[in-house]
Amino acid sequence: MLIGHPPRPAIAMTFDLVLNVAAAGILTGLVYGLMALGLSVIFGVTRIVNFAHGEMMTAAMYGAVLLFATVKLDPLLAAIPIGAALAVFGYALQSAVINPFIDRPEHSQFMLMVAVAIVLVNGLLMIFGPNAQNVMVGYAFDSYQLGPLLIDATRAYAGAAALLVAGLLFAFFRFARLGKAIRACADNQFGAAVVGLPVKRLYALTFALGSACLGVAGCLLVLMIDVSPPLGPAMTLLAFVIVIVGGLGSMTGALVGGVLIGLSEALAGLVVPPSAKSMVSFAILILVLLFRPQGLVGRRA
Amino acid sequence: MLRVEGLDLFYGDAQALDGVTFEVKEREIVAVVGANGAGKSSLIRTIHGMHRPRAGSIRFEGRDIVGQPSHRICELGIGQVAEGRQIFPSLTVLENLEMGAALRRARAQEKASLERVFGLFPRLAERRRQAAGTLSGGEQQMLAIGRCLMGCPRLVMFDEPSLGLAPIVVYDVFEVIRRLNREEGITVVLVEQNVAQSLRFADRGYVIENGRIVMEGSGPALLADDGIRRAYVGL
Repeated sequence: MLIGHPPRPAIAMTFDLVLNVAAAGILTGLVYGLMALGLSVIFGVTRIVNFAHGEMMTAAMYGAVLLFATVKLDPLLAAIPIGAALAVFGYALQSAVINPFIDRPEHSQFMLMVAVAIVLVNGLLMIFGPNAQNVMVGYAFDSYQLGPLLIDATRAYAGAAALLVAGLLFAFFRFARLGKAIRACADNQFGAAVVGLPVKRLYALTFALGSACLGVAGCLLVLMIDVSPPLGPAMTLLAFVIVIVGGLGSMTGALVGGVLIGLSEALAGLVVPPSAKSMVSFAILILVLLFRPQGLVGRRA
Repeated sequence: MLRVEGLDLFYGDAQALDGVTFEVKEREIVAVVGANGAGKSSLIRTIHGMHRPRAGSIRFEGRDIVGQPSHRICELGIGQVAEGRQIFPSLTVLENLEMGAALRRARAQEKASLERVFGLFPRLAERRRQAAGTLSGGEQQMLAIGRCLMGCPRLVMFDEPSLGLAPIVVYDVFEVIRRLNREEGITVVLVEQNVAQSLRFADRGYVIENGRIVMEGSGPALLADDGIRRAYVGL
């Protein structure tokens, strides 16, 4: 007798099915993109690689679960207080813990961020336990029909909200004086100090902004997937794959990379078992590293 | 206006400044000249709060500014045009200038400052929407000066403004510095390797060697000194 995978039900791989899966993947990918955008903004300006990225987002997801369980707050609305809470956390983390490390060698920054990640994930484990939790909103099973497309309401809202927040962030960096000052720091840190920009405070603000993106992304993601502490490291890795595919430090790259990875994960789910679908993301990562090491949208360093 | 006394600066174990004492009076042009690595940039950066001295005092209008962060020192009215221009290459010319006016002391006059800078450098007005990284070296130096002026400084420290520029452009840069000094009363500290030109240009000069001030005097007097002519001017 053959031992192995249980036989999978034969699904007719119609064009419609592929189209539907692709649409779902793109919407999920926008949320991934928002998460990666946070990482990319932080790295692009402070040159700090946030190894606690996924863990911070997981904490945000638990925040959304908690707010839903206690006061029935919809995660779409919880995104506002949780985004703000993560911003405060990010600001404090940068100004109290990371700023003293700015001039230290990279490996000590790396160890610092890994330590923050481990503290976070174990803290979550102690508080919430190892079981997966989720949020069951009233519209969890609603969907929209768009021609041949059948789109989950949760995914549609999450994707749209991610796009909106990303758009706001782009506008902030393009038009606001503070946004331009942060870009100036990213462009030339010494030059920023020369003209009297408060570089360390701007770094902390950048960390706050990147963390706020994460907070929002966590709230959106909790509409689509269950949360458990091990999701933290997995999401950190995913965020890295996305920013490297898209182009480290490039904001557009983070979004493009997010959509691409979301799409490829979803489509891979059609042909390989779900547990193996991240294989495809890593295959894409290897191809990008081989043939376009600066990332799809990134400039050559 | 600015008084530096007994300034010692170390990078690790290496001493970069050794008991530097010098003074700048209001509306003066003071040149600090010396060879590459003599400590000229270290001096400017220490005054501007970028390095912390081990000993000594820096007083600006009577107030000790040692230990203050750069942005506070800028708020007092000390500007710097740094070596290598240090513009923001991916920001537009206009955005670069805006960043110069981010200081609290300068915000109210931002519009007037912009007109003044565009009047001084019409080239920058023409290229205001262009990314600053696409400007020529001379234009970037103009931008760096303009950006500094946007902060309404009363004293400006120029660090090697002639470095890497064509002689004709160097002439323009020095001319602009002179105008700022004469017409707007901006006090100038000029740090240069270009010894002959800057001593001819300055009211007073200091010669710095291995982090130590070895000579001071009026520009012409220093220029006439045999030792200096042999060591720096090549005559």
